[in-house]
Amino acid sequence: MAIITIREALNQALREELARDEKVFLMGEEVAEYDGAYKVTKGLLHEFGNKRVIDTPITELGFAGLGVGAAMAGLRPVIEFMTFNFSILATDQIINSAAKMLYMSGGQFNIPIVFRGPSGSAFQVSSQHSQALESWYAYFPGLKVVMPSTPADAKGLLKSAIRDDDPVIFMEQERMYGQKGEVPDDPDFTIPLGVADVKREGTDVTIVARSLTVPLALKAAEQLQEQGVSCEVIDPRTIRPLDIDTIVASVKKTNRVVIAEESHPICGVGAEISAEIMERAFDYLDAPVKRVSGVDVPMPYAKNLENLAIPDVNRIVAAVREVAYLD
Amino acid sequence: MATKVIMPKLSPTMEEGQISRWLKKEGDKVSMGEPLAEIDTDKATMEMQALGNGVLRKILINEGQSAPLGQLIAVIGEADEDIAALLSEAPAQPQLQEQKETDVPPKAPDATQPQPQLQEQKEADRPPSAPNLAPANGRQPQASSTASGTGRMIVSPLAARMAAEAGIDLRSLQGSGPGGRIIKRDIEAVISKPKAAPTPSYVQQAGASAYRDEPASQIRQTIAKRLVTSIGPVPHFFLTTEIEMDRAAEMRKGINALDPDLKISINDIIIKVAAAALIQHPQVNASYQEKIVRYYEQADIGVAVAIEDGLITPVVRAADQKSLSQIAGEVRELAERARSKRLKPEEYTGATFSVSNLGMFGIDEFTAVINPPEGAILAIGAMSAKPVVRENEIVIRQMMRVTMSCDHRVIDGATGAKFLQTFKKILENPLYLVV
Amino acid sequence: MSKQTAAPPSAAKAEEQQSSTGAGVVDAPPQVDPQLLKKERDQAKERQKDRFSGVDKDQLIELYRQMLLIRRFEEKSAEAYVAGKIGGFCHLYIGQEAVGVGTISAIRKDDYVLASYREHGLALAKGMSARAIMAELFGKATGCSKGKGGSMHMFDKSLGFLGGHAIVGGQIPLATGTAFATKYQGTDQVTLCYFGEAAVNQGAFHESLNMAQLWKLPCIYICENNQYGMGTSLARAMSLQNIAQKACAYNMASEFVDGMDVLAVREATLRAVERARKEYLPTLLEIRTYRFMGHSMSDPGNYRTRAEIEKYQERDPIKLFSASLLEEKIVDQKTLDEIDRKIHEEVEDSQRFADESPLPDPKELYTDVYANPIEPGRK
Repeated sequence: MAIITIREALNQALREELARDEKVFLMGEEVAEYDGAYKVTKGLLHEFGNKRVIDTPITELGFAGLGVGAAMAGLRPVIEFMTFNFSILATDQIINSAAKMLYMSGGQFNIPIVFRGPSGSAFQVSSQHSQALESWYAYFPGLKVVMPSTPADAKGLLKSAIRDDDPVIFMEQERMYGQKGEVPDDPDFTIPLGVADVKREGTDVTIVARSLTVPLALKAAEQLQEQGVSCEVIDPRTIRPLDIDTIVASVKKTNRVVIAEESHPICGVGAEISAEIMERAFDYLDAPVKRVSGVDVPMPYAKNLENLAIPDVNRIVAAVREVAYLD
Repeated sequence: MATKVIMPKLSPTMEEGQISRWLKKEGDKVSMGEPLAEIDTDKATMEMQALGNGVLRKILINEGQSAPLGQLIAVIGEADEDIAALLSEAPAQPQLQEQKETDVPPKAPDATQPQPQLQEQKEADRPPSAPNLAPANGRQPQASSTASGTGRMIVSPLAARMAAEAGIDLRSLQGSGPGGRIIKRDIEAVISKPKAAPTPSYVQQAGASAYRDEPASQIRQTIAKRLVTSIGPVPHFFLTTEIEMDRAAEMRKGINALDPDLKISINDIIIKVAAAALIQHPQVNASYQEKIVRYYEQADIGVAVAIEDGLITPVVRAADQKSLSQIAGEVRELAERARSKRLKPEEYTGATFSVSNLGMFGIDEFTAVINPPEGAILAIGAMSAKPVVRENEIVIRQMMRVTMSCDHRVIDGATGAKFLQTFKKILENPLYLVV
Repeated sequence: MSKQTAAPPSAAKAEEQQSSTGAGVVDAPPQVDPQLLKKERDQAKERQKDRFSGVDKDQLIELYRQMLLIRRFEEKSAEAYVAGKIGGFCHLYIGQEAVGVGTISAIRKDDYVLASYREHGLALAKGMSARAIMAELFGKATGCSKGKGGSMHMFDKSLGFLGGHAIVGGQIPLATGTAFATKYQGTDQVTLCYFGEAAVNQGAFHESLNMAQLWKLPCIYICENNQYGMGTSLARAMSLQNIAQKACAYNMASEFVDGMDVLAVREATLRAVERARKEYLPTLLEIRTYRFMGHSMSDPGNYRTRAEIEKYQERDPIKLFSASLLEEKIVDQKTLDEIDRKIHEEVEDSQRFADESPLPDPKELYTDVYANPIEPGRK
């Protein structure tokens, strides 16, 4: 077991998969000579050369589509968006080409592509650079959406995503690249998509968190433990397909649920999980499902406003106390 | 400033009240705290106090009439005040603001006078249990979850399921969740599971006794339901007589000596004698059935048996045709099955006449409630040695008092009396049984 | 008339292009001069016959056959559409046959073709059967995409026909990607990418051509300039209407081609294919053509005059080619009639096949969403 950062874990995953399969290549802005805008791809150009690690012009729609076309012709592209905010330019190719190709060709052309990059807020980068877009992509049948929150999850899931024969939207979090954690040494360590992880066991309240809110939820759980409330923290890890059974089993045990997410509440993943819980565990709910989401405004620049816009430990603690009827 | 008098919640389970008696009439002066009316609730008759000063301007609900909780029933105001606006509100707003299922605190108390009393009650209503109980963020005390009249009860899905599984009536509960929501811990409190700290709901009224609410068992509910339909509509009258039991007691001893397996009791003899008397007085072995009187052809005697949480009356069919030993055996078996709750419905329904014996508890006499649709029931008291006058001399005899309750719709005084005469005659001279 | 260019930017001017059609590129004169038309047509025929020497007889006949097949197939599709057997949109290739047949005749079976939604003709030219295409149009289980794509999404992996794309210009980055992949994998395969002139205004076009030239990708970008993007003429949509000229923005080779002459198209394509296979360089071909029907079956066509349509029908590529073939005695009328008859049968057969084929099994609604569907929760 090594203790490494999420950044390093992703780097390892890319390195291992590039080495393992000739058909895998990496493409994006500044991924090669710059070593990656966030240094996730550091050293890969040096090791694999510019046939496998390719710098692109600023041309998201173009290179996303190029990736899909390359996948149709047998390659396994890993396309980096410097941030997922820029993926918006490429959505026509992600959605109308990648997501639908297999279906509309009657099963002839699968697209084994990974679109990866940081999603969600950073530090004071303002509204156009701070969007958490997972619910957008999770909406489309044909795509898979993954959001890791720890180095081990990041590495294992990225390797699985690259090996997966379908388009995977792999959403990292810029604030978390430096977060450390244990990662198994096994060079073939993978984590299957579609499996949630119980990050902390508990009996009183279930907290479903993803990406940025996972460490926040864990901190909240610590605080709540001292207040006599035992929280179970579940990280779905894969948003589509969602391992709802693990979440429901937990809710049946605790009877109360808080969903913590960085994204806006409206039409978000939290709303989807809430609907599923209501459908499958209605008779087990002692309180309504509570969402702690990012505030429904564009992300402001000012530091204090930005902090208010994103869920924090206090808000999660308050929500847990609310569903436990403690205040 | 006029005061609305609304039907107050005088018991936790009250949903509507009936005006038993107005203690003031329109035009009378009224001051704060004075009794205004007597109100019949589901439990008892309670006094309602005035919560304002002034004159009782208008009574809206008369004696004998009912109103749901929160409905405007009278107005107190100044003698010359215009109360038309207030009057127009009755009874369009049958509900207290608090009964609505919102988390918003109830309307400010100035509007409705009875509120302070209610609030006090509600605050008192809330369980004082240790774990989790401060009012939510300084909210007003929560409304009772059993809403008035047409109000909705709010329950979490989990609590609803738990209550259904445990056979708990949600209407008897106070919810401790927001807006009076009944939640898991409220159910747990009732079930008193070991893992959750049991939170008995102690209601505190100044001066009144503390009490504990438990859900009524099925059998209790059944007894309640059935006997209310008896003592209410059935016009009972009661006949008492004293019976000399010496010969019956001797007969019993003699029979039991014949065979150790025979264990005849006095009650078995009573059953047989009652059955015999019924055959001789068919008008008593009858039932009033709404324009029909049903006369039974055999005497099916219901024998009251006390069981763990109530009372049940297994039936000895055609007791007039059975021997004492048969009756004894049957009663023993039925009683045992009654206590272990293994009676089949056809074994405890359809009696034509019932016998209830509290003699073993030392009761001298008592009046029993008829089991509808039977025409009568015999309440047997204890046998005890008493001095009596026989042929001008005081002698000691075993005396037993019996009281017969009769349904006057089918049995008149004389009819019942004649039956009782026969019963007494046979019981005092059991040899009549073989004649 | 076509302009040949080498790698450096072409110096084509708008005026030179006008000579091939005898009239302004965008202004169809309301008055049609029959004499002028005849002259044009004869000139075109002469030019075409000059090209015959490079092609053997069987191949010429095959070119003719394919164009006629497409024509008859599309006519049949129109018929089926108005009879309600084809739903949704149906974009016909009538008038543009020479472009598809000419270009595809210049490539191999293992080369890739990506097209827009007006692709039935291209699919036929690439070798897909009339049956598979007609069944797909009818939405049947035997269609090339199992009935799940429809008119705009024809695919055949075994023949290298990669669709059928409905977002205007969406196929251009995809084609750039397949060219990237073939180069990456070290083969000499090329990719042909077809799009209309209106797609040239999409950002995806510019992004793709930039990358293709920058990274030297073997992609041939074929702009089928039929002069109308749905109801909008080129003049109303494009500031610089010389599409071949736009290649200079990317330092890319380009050519302007008369799309009504199947052999001209074929020759231009052969040049571009050579460039792609040998040098991994892309080419932009602007092929001027015309569609005789509306944008789609739902198009009333009020944006063109009858006269304009008639004018171009004088330049019908099939008529032109058959005339050339006859005059050069490559074939006789009997052979042409025989070909006609066979094609008629083939097309009739395809409709019969489509009619009789079953609809897709309802279970197919749920298949092919994922190549590896995941049961969530299973570890």
